[in-house]
Amino acid sequence: MKTTKKLFSKITTPLALLILVNLGCERDISDEAVQATFSTNQTVFSDSFSAGLEYYPFADSKFEAFSVDTEVKYQGTASMRFDVPNEGDRNGAYAGAIFRDDNGGRDLSKYDALTFWAKASKAATINDIGFGQDFGQNKFQVSKRALRLTTNWVKYTIPIPDASKLKQEKGMFWYAEGPENGDGYSFWIDELKFEKLGTIAQPRPSILNGDNISVNTFIGVNINIADLNQTFNLGTGEDISISSAPGYFVFSSSNPSVASVSETGVVEILSAGNTVITATLGGVEAKGSLTINSVGSFVFAPTPTRDPNNVVSIFSDHYTNTPVDFFNGYWQPYQTTQSADFSILGDNFLNYTNFNFVGIQFANPTVNLTDKPNLHFNMYIPNSVPSNFDFLVTVVDFGPDRVNGGTDDTRQQLFVRRSPSIVADRWITVEFSLSAMPTRSNVGLIIFENINFSLLRNFYLDNIYFYKN
Amino acid sequence: MNFKNQFSIKSLTKYSLLLGLFISYSCSENESQTVTTMNEIVWADEFLINGKPDTNNWNFDIGTGQNGWGNNELQYYTDRLQNIEVKNGMLHIKAVKEPYLGSSYTSAKITTKGIFEQKYGRYEAKIKLPWGQGLWPAFWLLGDDSNGTVIWPQIGEIDIMEYRGQQPTITHGSIHGPGYSAGEAITKSYTLPNDRFDTGFHIFGIEWGPNYINYYVDDVLYNQITPSDLPKGTEWVFNDNNFYIILNLAVGGSFVGSPNTQTVFPQEMIVDYVRVYK
Repeated sequence: MKTTKKLFSKITTPLALLILVNLGCERDISDEAVQATFSTNQTVFSDSFSAGLEYYPFADSKFEAFSVDTEVKYQGTASMRFDVPNEGDRNGAYAGAIFRDDNGGRDLSKYDALTFWAKASKAATINDIGFGQDFGQNKFQVSKRALRLTTNWVKYTIPIPDASKLKQEKGMFWYAEGPENGDGYSFWIDELKFEKLGTIAQPRPSILNGDNISVNTFIGVNINIADLNQTFNLGTGEDISISSAPGYFVFSSSNPSVASVSETGVVEILSAGNTVITATLGGVEAKGSLTINSVGSFVFAPTPTRDPNNVVSIFSDHYTNTPVDFFNGYWQPYQTTQSADFSILGDNFLNYTNFNFVGIQFANPTVNLTDKPNLHFNMYIPNSVPSNFDFLVTVVDFGPDRVNGGTDDTRQQLFVRRSPSIVADRWITVEFSLSAMPTRSNVGLIIFENINFSLLRNFYLDNIYFYKN
Repeated sequence: MNFKNQFSIKSLTKYSLLLGLFISYSCSENESQTVTTMNEIVWADEFLINGKPDTNNWNFDIGTGQNGWGNNELQYYTDRLQNIEVKNGMLHIKAVKEPYLGSSYTSAKITTKGIFEQKYGRYEAKIKLPWGQGLWPAFWLLGDDSNGTVIWPQIGEIDIMEYRGQQPTITHGSIHGPGYSAGEAITKSYTLPNDRFDTGFHIFGIEWGPNYINYYVDDVLYNQITPSDLPKGTEWVFNDNNFYIILNLAVGGSFVGSPNTQTVFPQEMIVDYVRVYK
């Protein structure tokens, strides 16, 4: 469950801030003054809520999913019980909440992990469980994804990626879990606390899932550095990876004049040139990098000049587009094409990467091209045109049944061969006549594909439309 | 250099009495332990000279031995600086994942066989261990084989430290002899509280005298093995033979299993010193 909407935005004035203000009368507030203020209480829930702890369910979750259970417990007199709803539960589609310290936060910097005992009514996998989510900036949010529970009490450990950052953390605990194969179930958590285990070691942070990725891009584009993880080896010898917020990382750009990178891992392209974005966590270099090849100012596709009355537009910022079902059908199993669509100054572009073939469907409703027998699109191939470039465009008419397949479909194949006019790093205008197509009254699909082993992998498209002259 | 044992039987008897006392004290947590009693250094390598380990102190075992050194170990031992090097006051034994003369890993093993061998004494080393599935570092003693006329386990083996990379908080101390070897060795494991062996240096030691071997980690005495711990009818082989010191880092083998895809290479066993006291 990734839906984490902010429902409770009420701001309580934390005691700590009041103290802080008093200090301010005497001298400038230093970081040390702030840090000394917050509780180091390690307990989140033992037999009851710890001091300052409040429960805030996610807005669209089942609010009653959480309760304190005095029947089932690992130790003491009570545990936290979570009732994950069945699919279709009117009270909420999933269970999820944060447990926040509303006394202003706690200083967790001397601990190295959140630990708890847990069991479930059946073997199950919790989607997200961790700490650091506070319905504020969630600056130090951590999630152990896909935590597997058994029907026995087991102790779980979620390491802190870099505890030195947690001098005033409010997000003590959070989780989000949906039904398993449609069925709800219950799980229990007890003895939930931060601990200094001393056995969490061998940090191996990563960005971009540890991959070294290279992108060709332009001035003005923003790119988010995603898939941030910290991996530790636990005292048991197991490795554990936790999804970690950008706040734990220090990002850097090898050439800041080409691209800057913010504290939250957003890269902004500033000029033409190359730069490599890397990161560290707690002084350890993260695996993975983003190499930026900025070709400078983006050249926009030529602005279409045809009269809108003569056009049926599929994808253009200059015409009103017909409803599109998808710009990438992700057809299994043979399609490799991914989408990396982007926009610059409000102008949208389709970007197909790792391309082999892809379909754009606009079948609800299909379009009638009887009097608009031509196809137009603009194509931009970054870097270089492969020497065996061979590109096929297929326009499909779904026939009277207006569905893809069946016996009444017709199609027109249009070939874009390698020629001197197919050049890299420039917008190419491609126009074809569809007049050979016997019927064009229920057109619903355009397929682009590499043929004859063409190695075209990455290109942008804009201004895809049908027209009459 | 010759550092043969110079203990008199009389003084050793006294030592063993003392040791017997502190073992009983060690049951009470509040009592401070007397961990070691032998404090006069008779042999040491502090690893102060950069480069290969001092050949006045150490031999290299090279290759794969018989059957992966008898344990189906996967590494090829070399004496190359890539696998064994003294630098900045430390001995680094490095396990590398690389194809080498038919093996998939390289590492190193050094011994004092024929150079320094003795009976009894206090042996200790300060070591930072590697981590990860399939890594098997060891600091151990093996009895002299009288030019191959006596064979293992009759010669005796004292494992001061053995460790599985996949269990980074646990060290094992063992003895092997006739009737109590390999899987039937006399072993005790020690779990480091709130810490692990691959993040800092720890002292692994034994104090060994007539009819006893005491095992300690840092300032904690965690085991004593005496002839009464042996299976009935088996022989205590640690009162006669001279033993030599071995340091090695194995990869794979029956004790640890093979590395897996999560094992990070290279891995190092870093030794600050090896000292022998009487």
